[in-house]
Amino acid sequence: MSRSQVKRPKLTTRSSGHDEDCTVLHVDMDAFYASVSLLERPQLRGRPVIVGGAAGRGVVLAASYEARELGVHSAMPMGRARRLAPQAVVVPPDFSRYTEVSQGVMALLRSLTPQVEVLGLDEAFLEVSGARRRLGGATRIAELIRARVHDEQGITCSVGVSATKFVAKLASTLSKPDGLLVVPPEEVVGFLHPLPVSALWGVGDRTEEVLLRMGLRTVGDIAATPQPTLERMLGPAGGAHLLDLAWGRDPRTVEVHEPDRSIGAEETFGTDVDDPQVVLAEVLRLSEKVAARMRKAGYVGRTVQLKVRFADFTTITRSRTLRQPTDTGRDVYNEARLLFQRLGLQRARLRLVGVRMSGLTEVERTPQQMAFDPVPGLNSGWRDVEQAVDLITERFGRGVVQPARLVEPPEIP
Amino acid sequence: MKIRVEQSELSDACSWTTRTLPARPTIPVLAGVRIGAEEGGLHLATFDMETAAKVHVDAVVDEPGTVVVSGRLLADIAKALPKQPVELTLEGSRLSLRCGRSSFGLPTMPVEEYPELPAFPVEAGSLPGSEFGVAIAQVAVAASRDDTLPVLTGIRVELEGDTITMAATDRYRLAVRRLAWSPDDTSISRQVLVKGKQLADLGRTLGEGDSVSLSLGDPESGLIGFSSPDREVVTRLLHGDFPDYRRLLPKDSQTVAETDREELIESVKRVKLVAAERTTPIRLTFSDDEVLLRAGAGDDASASESLECSVSGDPIEIAFNPDYLLDGLQSIPNEKVTLAFTEPRKPAVLSDGPDYQYLLMPMRLGN
Repeated sequence: MSRSQVKRPKLTTRSSGHDEDCTVLHVDMDAFYASVSLLERPQLRGRPVIVGGAAGRGVVLAASYEARELGVHSAMPMGRARRLAPQAVVVPPDFSRYTEVSQGVMALLRSLTPQVEVLGLDEAFLEVSGARRRLGGATRIAELIRARVHDEQGITCSVGVSATKFVAKLASTLSKPDGLLVVPPEEVVGFLHPLPVSALWGVGDRTEEVLLRMGLRTVGDIAATPQPTLERMLGPAGGAHLLDLAWGRDPRTVEVHEPDRSIGAEETFGTDVDDPQVVLAEVLRLSEKVAARMRKAGYVGRTVQLKVRFADFTTITRSRTLRQPTDTGRDVYNEARLLFQRLGLQRARLRLVGVRMSGLTEVERTPQQMAFDPVPGLNSGWRDVEQAVDLITERFGRGVVQPARLVEPPEIP
Repeated sequence: MKIRVEQSELSDACSWTTRTLPARPTIPVLAGVRIGAEEGGLHLATFDMETAAKVHVDAVVDEPGTVVVSGRLLADIAKALPKQPVELTLEGSRLSLRCGRSSFGLPTMPVEEYPELPAFPVEAGSLPGSEFGVAIAQVAVAASRDDTLPVLTGIRVELEGDTITMAATDRYRLAVRRLAWSPDDTSISRQVLVKGKQLADLGRTLGEGDSVSLSLGDPESGLIGFSSPDREVVTRLLHGDFPDYRRLLPKDSQTVAETDREELIESVKRVKLVAAERTTPIRLTFSDDEVLLRAGAGDDASASESLECSVSGDPIEIAFNPDYLLDGLQSIPNEKVTLAFTEPRKPAVLSDGPDYQYLLMPMRLGN
């Protein structure tokens, strides 16, 4: 894409200039999925755009700011979103592209400091107390990140700068889109207290309701409430925690960790399904898919997770850890099926199922306890079968060889 | 009912019978212990519809009778009482316990609701208690604890003439023990599958006595009984086909090593310290006249240790789950242990003679 097509970031820096005690940055991509999807569709810029399954139904994965103004938000059923924004353009998601852009952004952040805590594809905390000397102040680093993300990836991000994770995240949220907000420690209280209680981390609908009932509308109201009163309302831990946040106290540090690697796949049904046989066939297909991906990547996994979303969007996950790590679809399916059966669903209507393997280790470096007879795990003859299928798939394409129950009946003309 | 009994005897009897009481019984009365007082003593019994346990206690019975009281509570009280005679008296619907200056009143449960205990099967033979206990412990170590394959949680017991063979496997190891016994009928030929956990428990408790008798109902009854002079247990057998384990026993071996068992155990325990996870293998290299034990590699902590060992045949390097290896070594009662190998990916056999074999599948490193 040529530079002329891209709107320059507005670089709205709001800062009093004192950032000496600011060491935490929160970087948050603006409408990430929607922005990345627009990179290849510049003609849609400025129009309401919804990312989600275009065909039939599904849910809104992301919405551009223009679509958000019409009331569309992520996780909303697509049908409802279309009624709210009939003029919106729906584009299908492209996860490989999102991952690619995300990896580019995270690599940039890690080139500035190794102290990066990644949260999902589009968010990260940075601890910059070390990098400040080299790069010249937290605000300077934030500006650098915003300019380089825009130059390298063509999308915008917002950055919050403060002394704690909690305030930094609030600052990035409030500066959105395409903004930068610096909240030095001495301004934290003045910044927080006018905000509504729902701005505090951990205040969901339930807690907000409790607080509003007691007449606590702003963070300042909470800050002015004696701790014992809050503890009576919200329990000893909750009360103390909320009071700390209301005064900008947040002891959490930026935790650098490799995200727990896992491989998963999920499927939203075209229409809700209540037939366990149909659900299990889908679980089998997903298990085969996950296992094939593990084999391709050279991993074995120990923990099988099953995810089920009901028609009312309630989502539950259940997992079980195997005795032996595996990369065989049959083993993954057997566990996932047990997990499904243990849910004891009485023909509940399901919207989505997912299968995920975690506890991944490289197969080359994973010792295997051998057994007297073929057992689930690498000794199993099924692994040979599935490896043979991998070869056939590579040569002749997907679905040439698959479990019989996944074969679609031939269409009758 | 009115009886007097020694505190220690009552306490032992209570703790043994109530050990297996279900925490949440299907019917409330099964949380109880049934106390029956007759001429010459009393008996305590528990039953969970699968297993019935009964113990005889010497006591002075002034007035016979039967009551059912909470097993857990009676056991706790009996254990805490001073070492003095205990007097149990049924007073209306309450059982009163008096011992020294202590006095307790327990509500009773309806005796008529207590299910009838299964009839004790016919005695088939007997063997010394200590041998029974040792043999079971040697085999039970290899029984599976994973309920997804119930057959493998059992211990196979084969009664052929004057030999008992017991075997258990969790598919990763197999333990087989042969021992002599005294059958009432020397032409006996029966094979049964007993719940492993339960048999292991009986091995520990009945193994303390001088002699243990085995009793078998007719095959359809699906019951087996174990008894010592004052205790008896009758339980339901497991169903299902135990795998043909005999075909797993290797016919020959390429390498045979003999070493001091205690020393090898100590070495394995030391080297195993660096095994971060339960699934980290310990690697053994047998050559000339020593065995080299190693664990850990790469960036992780590592350990190695060598041990004198007489080796005949080809040198071999083989890897095991250290806990499985220890289980086998600790099940052998002798000073020396013999380890026999064919290939690094075939089972190894630990033994100390023809009567006990512990087969162990190795681990394979990577793909």
